Amino acid sequence: MPSLPLVSHVSPDSIIAWRADGAVTLRQFLTEVSQLVALFPAGSHLLNMCSDRYRFSVGLAAAIVAGKVSLLPSTPTPEVVRQIKVFAPDVFCLTDSVLCTMDLPQLRYPVMGVSQADAFAIPQIDSKQRIAVVFTSGSAGSPQPHPKTWGALVSCVQAEALRLGLLHNTPCTIIGTVPPQHMYGFESTVLMAWHSGSALSHAQPFYPADICQALAAVPMPRMLVSSPVHLRAWLDAGLALPEITRVLCATAPLSAQLAQDIEARCHAPLMEIYGSTETGQIATRRPTQTAEWQLLPGIKLIVEGDCVRACGGHIETLIAMNDMIEPVTDEHFLLHGRIADLVNIAGKRHSLASLNHLLNTIPGVVDGVFYMPDETGDDHITRLAACVVAPGMDAPHLLAALRQHIDPVFLPRPLLFVDALPRNRTGKLPRAVLQALFQTRSARKSA
Amino acid sequence: MQDNQKPTVSSTAALQREVAELMIECLNLEVTADQITPDAPLYGDGLGLDSIDVLEAALEVSKRYGLQLRSDSEDNKHIFSSLRSLSDYIAAQRTR
Repeated sequence: MPSLPLVSHVSPDSIIAWRADGAVTLRQFLTEVSQLVALFPAGSHLLNMCSDRYRFSVGLAAAIVAGKVSLLPSTPTPEVVRQIKVFAPDVFCLTDSVLCTMDLPQLRYPVMGVSQADAFAIPQIDSKQRIAVVFTSGSAGSPQPHPKTWGALVSCVQAEALRLGLLHNTPCTIIGTVPPQHMYGFESTVLMAWHSGSALSHAQPFYPADICQALAAVPMPRMLVSSPVHLRAWLDAGLALPEITRVLCATAPLSAQLAQDIEARCHAPLMEIYGSTETGQIATRRPTQTAEWQLLPGIKLIVEGDCVRACGGHIETLIAMNDMIEPVTDEHFLLHGRIADLVNIAGKRHSLASLNHLLNTIPGVVDGVFYMPDETGDDHITRLAACVVAPGMDAPHLLAALRQHIDPVFLPRPLLFVDALPRNRTGKLPRAVLQALFQTRSARKSA
Repeated sequence: MQDNQKPTVSSTAALQREVAELMIECLNLEVTADQITPDAPLYGDGLGLDSIDVLEAALEVSKRYGLQLRSDSEDNKHIFSSLRSLSDYIAAQRTR
């Protein structure tokens, strides 16, 4: 069986990460990985909830070395955790927070000992080993598992690192505002650091000043991996921005204006990544230079009528894409938004059909529908709205019930209570009718 | 003096109301300032804010009061845990 190393770094003294107390060498990292492996319970699945990116990476590496599978749900709501327990009854939770209330057997991230590892050896991992299962929200409401093998993930981030020019330069430090548990953060802040000789910053900066602090805490060259929401807030805060080598953005298309502003203020190229949970990342573009996306080497798009499927490269089976894609050449394409049933809010994706199904299963809801207003395209998040018939129920109770099932970004705002939904004679709810309903309401509110 | 220590200054009811109104305006919330009680959680089951709201509101707060919010611990939700804690933070850190 072909195998691939855990990381592409070779020297025991190469820097694999930066923590608050300084650089972590590969030797130290592998020592801590062994210490964590020794503490693992018997279960073969884990939910790695570490919010510190370095601890997450140690947890991931330890799981890979121990042959355990890391489960990555998009949001571990109580209902999703219940379903994950059905999927993998032996699952345990690795956490670095004393506040973790997850209803699973918990392994607290340990205080690592200072003992040196025995012999220095970089673990070799079988390419076919299933190291992670990523979940998307299925249309029937239950999370859909997407298994990921080590070989496919490594091949994907190697292609990404090559495209971004990380393999021919001085190793850089990667600072991410996106969580490592999300597919984009998983690939671009952890796996790509491991397989481009780069180092990852432990930080999970949130406020604009945190991003500046996390950047300034590590040496150049450095790359910021972020999303339109964080980048817009970061620029708008009007802070002095630390020097930076490149910026990576994904989860939603950037507006042309924000892309230009980022490059002008940072004096660094901004690259966007396109991909999905199912496929991993498949294309990149530099939006200040072209609207066209360039596929990663080996990836092909197959068009059959309205459906576009991706294959080749690291993609192991033919996968239907959820966006409207217009191929321009074999290697380039344009993106024209998502297919109507899907909503994508801040990089979290859900099917409208599944949200509607969920809404209508809540006790007390007689009829209900979600509505996604047209997006404004100014890098602000557009929120879902919903309209329900639920006599005797109020908004706080309904929202609390929804919160058990879905990520808070999908909670409707506004949530409108009505006597009946404006269904037409065939029982359908045309978009235009819903649009008019919410517009009337907001006009009344601001009047 | 500016630092990121826990605020020792308590906010006034007037400031709390002003901050509540700022959040309602900036996040387009469907409540009135009177309905946001000082100690109710802003996250989750309380007002229902999520991290995107917090980022938006933090930007407005920074501009209005001339301060930069910083995560003071591993739990960056602390400042935004309630209207009172946010207002106390502003009272302690504001430069305008």
